[in-house]
Amino acid sequence: MIYLEKRPQPSRSLSLLTPVYAVIITMIAGGLLFAALGKNPVEAIRTIFWDPLFGQYAFYYRPQLLVKGGPLVLIAIGLSLGFRAGIWNIGAEGQYIFGAICGAGVALALYPMDAFFIFPLMILAGALGGWAWAMIPAVLKVKFGTNEILVSLMLVYVADQLLAKMSLGLMKNPEGFGFPGSRNLQEYPSAHNAELIAGTGMHWGVVFAFIAVIFAYVLLNKHILGFNIRLTGEAPRAASFSGVKPSRLILFCLGMSGALAGLAGMFEVSGPSGQVNIDFAAGYGFTAIIVAFLGRLHPVGILLAGLLMALTYIGGDIAESQLGLPSAAIQVFQGMLLFFLLALDLLTNFRVRFKSGAAA
Amino acid sequence: MKFTKLLATAAVAMGLATTAMADKTKVGFVYVGPVGDGGWTYEHDQGRKAVVEAFGDDVETVYVESVPEGPDAERVMTQMALDGADLIFTTSFGYMDQTINVAKKFPDVKFEHATGYKTAPNVSVYSARFYEGRAVQGHIAGKMTKSNIIGYIASFPIPEVIRGINSAYIHAKKVNPDVEFKIVWAYTWFDPAKEADAAKALIEQGADVILQHTDSTAPQAAAQAAGNVVTFGQASDMSEYAPFPRVSSIIDNWGPYYVARTKAVMDGTWESVSTWDGIGAGMVGIGEISDAVPADVKAEAEALRDALADGTYHAFTGPLNKADGSAWLAEGETADDGTLAGMNFYVEGINAEIPN
Repeated sequence: MIYLEKRPQPSRSLSLLTPVYAVIITMIAGGLLFAALGKNPVEAIRTIFWDPLFGQYAFYYRPQLLVKGGPLVLIAIGLSLGFRAGIWNIGAEGQYIFGAICGAGVALALYPMDAFFIFPLMILAGALGGWAWAMIPAVLKVKFGTNEILVSLMLVYVADQLLAKMSLGLMKNPEGFGFPGSRNLQEYPSAHNAELIAGTGMHWGVVFAFIAVIFAYVLLNKHILGFNIRLTGEAPRAASFSGVKPSRLILFCLGMSGALAGLAGMFEVSGPSGQVNIDFAAGYGFTAIIVAFLGRLHPVGILLAGLLMALTYIGGDIAESQLGLPSAAIQVFQGMLLFFLLALDLLTNFRVRFKSGAAA
Repeated sequence: MKFTKLLATAAVAMGLATTAMADKTKVGFVYVGPVGDGGWTYEHDQGRKAVVEAFGDDVETVYVESVPEGPDAERVMTQMALDGADLIFTTSFGYMDQTINVAKKFPDVKFEHATGYKTAPNVSVYSARFYEGRAVQGHIAGKMTKSNIIGYIASFPIPEVIRGINSAYIHAKKVNPDVEFKIVWAYTWFDPAKEADAAKALIEQGADVILQHTDSTAPQAAAQAAGNVVTFGQASDMSEYAPFPRVSSIIDNWGPYYVARTKAVMDGTWESVSTWDGIGAGMVGIGEISDAVPADVKAEAEALRDALADGTYHAFTGPLNKADGSAWLAEGETADDGTLAGMNFYVEGINAEIPN
């Protein structure tokens, strides 16, 4: 019979390898799914993973990886800090939306002024907006012990309504013939988060994502605060004996993840997306949770996971168009990735043992 | 610079590829929802199928579902253009700026954007005069209500929706001066749970006719559960709820337009146009009026439909005042398209505020 034995120490090599295994198993299971839908599985997998990187039009898709992956990485880095300390910010989507509203709000309020300080001001407003939205669950948790999972999640729906309200009311484009949606910030040079080098996909949001990766790496490995975050997650009692104040950690982790999510939203609304609109939020805040776990809550892992996730989106759309795969199949495929990763996590903490004979 | 050069190279390569298989016209569709939503996207996909039916092997259609309105849409359109699409239909208002952006990069590809207002030499816009269908609905609703309270599940306070409310109200009022409209804003196009709640709330307030500008069948189910409540199908026929509570419907019928535009690309006669068609051109369909509607009412509704179709009657014909009491249309005057396109006021008699 087969049974599981707890490892004395989580396996380090497996903790690095399980994401790779998860990707491989997802490819196999996904291939079976595509075959069941009557598509050539090899062609489908190749279209999703190979074509965007090395296919005929890779010159267009590679930069798109940065555009799609940038916000995912930026948000996931923030989330990973809290997740490591056992502080669960599920509402990054709301903070992303609110950051975008605040950032765009600055630009729209100053339109059509032409000044160098507008964009930095928007960055500040975006970060502050996300931070403020995350402070609601943080303060409620610290003061009244509410559950941050519920509060942060519920605030996503509040932010969603606020976004609709802004698109239809205050921020509506006065030259838009009564249609919803703000002015397009891509047409407002002082506020436009343009590509830094044309055709590379590199915009300020991507730059900030890379900075966040480095910053998080240093914080977690070289700084006492990072040590306290890790300690609280791994041994909460030890942390409290060593004088870590949980409330300060909660405020820091939620605030930080909120600020980064807000930044992501602000860079998105002023760049690739361009407009405050009812359907502006495309689920980055939720997808980033997958990215954070897929990257093992490690900054470098998150960077790779964000790019991988972006690849499945871009490749998935190509597969839909070229092979006629339904979008639901692509979503199942992406879901499998997280599912197999979590399932394989078992192997990091447990050893599979085989034993012959009927043990009692 | 490099990117433009690469795109140009790709365009040349594409040109070669297209000549190699010049007999096939490739048509792309970008959808905002899943093709199985039973409403908006479903009907656009029916239009795509009509294109396949009409041209068979001479045409290849591709589509991508559930594309968020933003950079993803831009990427999907670019991908279709790179893959050699000759004509791309972008079927949601929120794709407007993205369509214009991509169209700039691919001057040889034709784009058709639904419900927007920005055109370019290779970008057309098209939309349907759904308010004509609302007029027929309003007529039936005014005749069918016994409580004289008509419930309206609205989606977002935008001109399209406000136009529908006004048109339905004007024609309900015409046949039933005591009629009153209760409007609930759902702030969604498709959310069965919210729509069901809205329907229940309206029924509790005494409404015995429910009109909806949201796409799910949840209000139909709520009306069926309540018993004596009349509904109308929205976007698609929703005939599974016929003959009662669903007594008729407004059907988006994009097929004829999609076929005509594809034909124009094949013949090389495609030009950038702004199309706003109604019942007459077949873009708006009135679903079968069921036997739950008395025969005389059915006959009147059909006569109204035909008058709208042949242009002898306009759904917004004066005398009409705005809700604030100011005069809008004089006796016999009809509304111009500009005012209709940007409509942001209720007509006199609707006792409610437009949220903003």
